[in-house]
Amino acid sequence: MTTSIIHGPPDLVGDESAPVPPRRQRGRFRGRARAGITAWLFLLPVLAVHLFTVAVPAVTGVYYSFTDWSGIGDAEWVGLENYQRLLQDGDYLLALGNNVKWLLFFWTVPFFLAILASFLLSQVRRGQTFYRLVYFVPYVLPSVVVASLWKFMLNPDKGVPSFLSALGIQGFDKALLGQESTALWTIAFIDNWHYWGFLATLLLVAMQSVPTELYEAARLDGANLWHQLMNVTIPAIRPTLIFMFMMTGIWSFLVFDYVWVLTQGGPAGSSEVLGTLVYKTAFTQFDAGYAAAQGVSMAIFASFLLAFFLLMRRRGWEI
Amino acid sequence: MKTRSRWASMAKHVPLILLAIFATGPIAILVTNSLKTRTELGLEPVGLPENPQFSNYVEAWVVSDFALHAGNSAILVFSTVICVLVLAGLAAYSLARLAPPGSGAVLFYLLLVTAFPIWLYLVPLFFTWRNLGLINTSFGLVVIYTAINSPLAIFLLRSYLVRIPKEIEEAAFVDGASKMQVLLRIILPISWTGFLTVGLVVAVAVWGEFQIAFVMLQDEDKLPITTSFYRFAESFGQDWSKTSAVAVLAILPIIILFVVFQRRFTEGLTQGSVK
Repeated sequence: MTTSIIHGPPDLVGDESAPVPPRRQRGRFRGRARAGITAWLFLLPVLAVHLFTVAVPAVTGVYYSFTDWSGIGDAEWVGLENYQRLLQDGDYLLALGNNVKWLLFFWTVPFFLAILASFLLSQVRRGQTFYRLVYFVPYVLPSVVVASLWKFMLNPDKGVPSFLSALGIQGFDKALLGQESTALWTIAFIDNWHYWGFLATLLLVAMQSVPTELYEAARLDGANLWHQLMNVTIPAIRPTLIFMFMMTGIWSFLVFDYVWVLTQGGPAGSSEVLGTLVYKTAFTQFDAGYAAAQGVSMAIFASFLLAFFLLMRRRGWEI
Repeated sequence: MKTRSRWASMAKHVPLILLAIFATGPIAILVTNSLKTRTELGLEPVGLPENPQFSNYVEAWVVSDFALHAGNSAILVFSTVICVLVLAGLAAYSLARLAPPGSGAVLFYLLLVTAFPIWLYLVPLFFTWRNLGLINTSFGLVVIYTAINSPLAIFLLRSYLVRIPKEIEEAAFVDGASKMQVLLRIILPISWTGFLTVGLVVAVAVWGEFQIAFVMLQDEDKLPITTSFYRFAESFGQDWSKTSAVAVLAILPIIILFVVFQRRFTEGLTQGSVK
């Protein structure tokens, strides 16, 4: 979407290809080599920190995934055993299934809300700044505060359900977070409360670069709002939309905070996701080798998603 | 015709208003509940407080040891923001302007790692940090936060820096200025808004970070506001009016920053993820 920025303004100075006396050329070459060293000196600190904190542990994580390791002491090489164990581990498969449900939820609900909000916002003049501010606020709140707030609000005895019951509105007095059938979806809904406004802002930015003449032409052809959305807006913002499908998909596998604060994966594992499962495997069961294998599997899913979208782009979806 | 367009405009505003209520309603409930007594809250979880209990805040401040934990968070935020701005600023300048051989590979690496799930490296990182004695230290956490926030910061800062006309720097180079002097005396004064945006984005991320702090810090007196709030809510969850007051205190700095710098925030957060 903003790739033009990455290329930057054309390098006009470099185009001066006038013949240069040999001696000056050599000096220039040496100067360029020195400039390269300075440039690398500028890059080095951040790369050193990042390699040490992320890349090296990631590589050792892949190594440990082939070992039996408690986190302390020596790791014993076990080959593919951890990965074979994953395929038969009911807890793992349940968590993976929950992540897939989570993914489907986040590919639909927040996108529906965000498209609705951003499209209507792009059509109104009054109050746009206000709406944008208000929709974005939940996104900047700390996850643990949002989760606790909703945990209280959904408390059947003390929260909003009791208020609704008192008003005579029935049906909400169940412990939504305490039932196996509803816990995961309830957490997803809460995470979505914090996420959709961010998505809406992003889509709105994309929509604002759609030329207004396209809408005028569509209106002249008698297109109503729905037709304008489907035939003008969606095709015009498709690159952003597809990109956000990809990012939302990758992010959806990372969920931890909301599940941990709201249910810790319960009841009976019904809201367990890979993030909380790896945490428990590593830090409450001290099965760090197996936890590493679970972590590697998450990276594999992320790269599948990435590869799928890159392949789609090659086929002409133009992200 | 006129009434018809008014109806059309109302039809657009009704869903927008409903969504605004959806987004702010829970925050309003949080704030109003933080001002109720415990009994009033038990009877009426939704609605305005009859008699605003500002003393809740005083009690919450003391009971939750708020000054200590907010101070811990502030240290994490300031240290990380400074480290990210310095390290990512240097790297972004190098990538945007000096483009040394191999910078394409660096960019690819930075792009790739943003797709890494944290659990790919958090478990080995924890045990490495423990061997190095960095568990339970703010320093250990700042290193991790700096590493994790840097790639995005580099992309954002780079996109600001490439927009600056090259001629401005070249004049300084002709006058014999070094790369560092150009960066500090010329680039920084021009692009400080970009640095401000990145600083804000990182500040919000660190202030609200839960997962890594939860794994890396155990000592009560080291906890930042997120994990200490989590512990507080676990043990004082029954007293929701006090918990709400702590929650309001915890989100207040972020809300103020956000309202003051709204445009920078949305710009930074939306551009950052589309990069």
